[in-house]
Amino acid sequence: MRAQSQISNSLAERFVDQRKPAHGVAFSRPAILSFRQASGIPKVRLEDVSLSYRTDNGSRLLALDRINLQVRAGEFLCIVGPSGCGKSTLLHLIAALQRPTSGTIQVDDKEVVGAGTDRILIFQEHGLFPWLTVGQNVEFGMKMKGLPRAERKEKTRYYLRLVHLLQFENSRPHQLSGGMRQRVALARALATEPDVLLMDEPFAALDAQTRDMLHDELEKIWAETGRTIIFVTHNVREAVRLGDRVALMSFRPGRVKQEFVVDLPRPRHLEEVEVARTAREILDSLREEINKSLEAEYAAEGSHGL
Amino acid sequence: MASKTGVVLSPSTTGSAPVPLAVAERPRRAPFMRKATLRKVGYQVIFYSALLGVWALVARLHVWPAYLFPAPWSVADALWAGIKDHSFLIAIAVTMKRMLIGYGISVVLGMILGVAVAGNRFLEETVGPLLVSLQSLPSICWVPLAILWFGLTEKAILFVVLMGCILSVTIAMEDGRRQMPRIYTMAGRNLGASGFRLFWYVMLPASLPYIVSGLKQGWAFGWRSLIQAEMNFLTLGLGQQLMMGRDLNDMSAVISVMLLIIALGYVVNRVVFRTMERALQTRWGLAPTV
Repeated sequence: MRAQSQISNSLAERFVDQRKPAHGVAFSRPAILSFRQASGIPKVRLEDVSLSYRTDNGSRLLALDRINLQVRAGEFLCIVGPSGCGKSTLLHLIAALQRPTSGTIQVDDKEVVGAGTDRILIFQEHGLFPWLTVGQNVEFGMKMKGLPRAERKEKTRYYLRLVHLLQFENSRPHQLSGGMRQRVALARALATEPDVLLMDEPFAALDAQTRDMLHDELEKIWAETGRTIIFVTHNVREAVRLGDRVALMSFRPGRVKQEFVVDLPRPRHLEEVEVARTAREILDSLREEINKSLEAEYAAEGSHGL
Repeated sequence: MASKTGVVLSPSTTGSAPVPLAVAERPRRAPFMRKATLRKVGYQVIFYSALLGVWALVARLHVWPAYLFPAPWSVADALWAGIKDHSFLIAIAVTMKRMLIGYGISVVLGMILGVAVAGNRFLEETVGPLLVSLQSLPSICWVPLAILWFGLTEKAILFVVLMGCILSVTIAMEDGRRQMPRIYTMAGRNLGASGFRLFWYVMLPASLPYIVSGLKQGWAFGWRSLIQAEMNFLTLGLGQQLMMGRDLNDMSAVISVMLLIIALGYVVNRVVFRTMERALQTRWGLAPTV
């Protein structure tokens, strides 16, 4: 395994020099990309973040319980957990679309106060504005930022080209397939040039082939742009395929139960034995939580039945 | 799925392969009229000629006296006379002007009020029920109040129109704000929009499909209120033409003004609101509802 990683590293080094400067030119795909190592500098830091809210029947529900998490600059962190563990909510908190009940969230050592374009969230689906064209969607964040028109147009085209959708600039989102829409969402997020990309199960609703392709594309864009990515998924293999590190969350209250460093060489493939083995290890730990979430679900169903 | 068999892709099922949609989807040439449209027009011609025929026949047989049941040709004469001496044209212009002003004010105020009510707990629980109960009041009931407040003036007429349609717009806007998927506001805020810009660039367009029916209803209510008000106020306008017909015992004139009112309402509905709905449907990719 070690030997394998050395081989790919040396290959990567050879390709680094040959890569063209990434300016507006169409991206030719090098056989193997250089994957930068995440630096040691913490980018996002969550300290004792808790969230509770009142449910309909008046009791308080503790959704997130003292979450401590650090994400280094340029790191690809995946968060897995059973449905209902609050992993999406965690992203909303980082994006400051919601406020935590207690605890602090810092980006670059500064506490997060409001929604800002340094942290862009990509939703599972329907995040695009249907009343705008694909190009206008990508342009939206830059328009809100107040960039001049010419620059906006140029960057829109640049990022649409990056996700291979330039020819659809004037189409409407509903004319595109699910996978294409998610690529538009990715372009829209990247266009505001955020430091941190927050991805909320972005590929969950897609078919397997499309998802494989988007994994490759996302990994490539991540390597090229050096963004910090926090990626939420319920699919453990996907997490191992993409992440430098996988954080496993427990079911209600949501806690970070365990963290796994994924030290496999990139680019990885979903079918690789090593990926499957690592996923298996995480899955064993996750299964317990899934059972808890299922039990809670059945209990709820039972009480409704009465 | 279709991509594997090499079938031409429809927009909703396209795989991720970049197929230039605009080219693939464009029909080669649109025929002048579709078969279904042709059939519809045929049915309509047959139905309305038959209706006209029966009307003419009944008038010809003198079942009722002509001053109560005029023949189609005397209604046509009255219509032509009104157009020739410009009285109908002036009436249409005056009525439409009032309608546009009253409706315009209602839409702006109604939207502001609707957003305020939807966005504020206190207003929602106090003004909200008030709006619904006020809507059960026929707008003609505002006429006495309007006359006492403003006298027999334009202001009074505008007030009645306003009361006729503002509630529809407000309630629709409030509903729209509530039904609109929350994800759009979240995405908008996340991409850096806030305050007025969030409203203007995200909330308003996102709620359009939900408020278009309210805008339509507002117009219909406003239109009824305006004609009713004009019938009471004796100033220029279609409503007044109608009352004049009554005063002169001229049934042909009464019917011709009624036809004018129907025609105007139909044209506005067809041209303005149908166009708006169509545009929304194609832009958003919604299935046609009506």
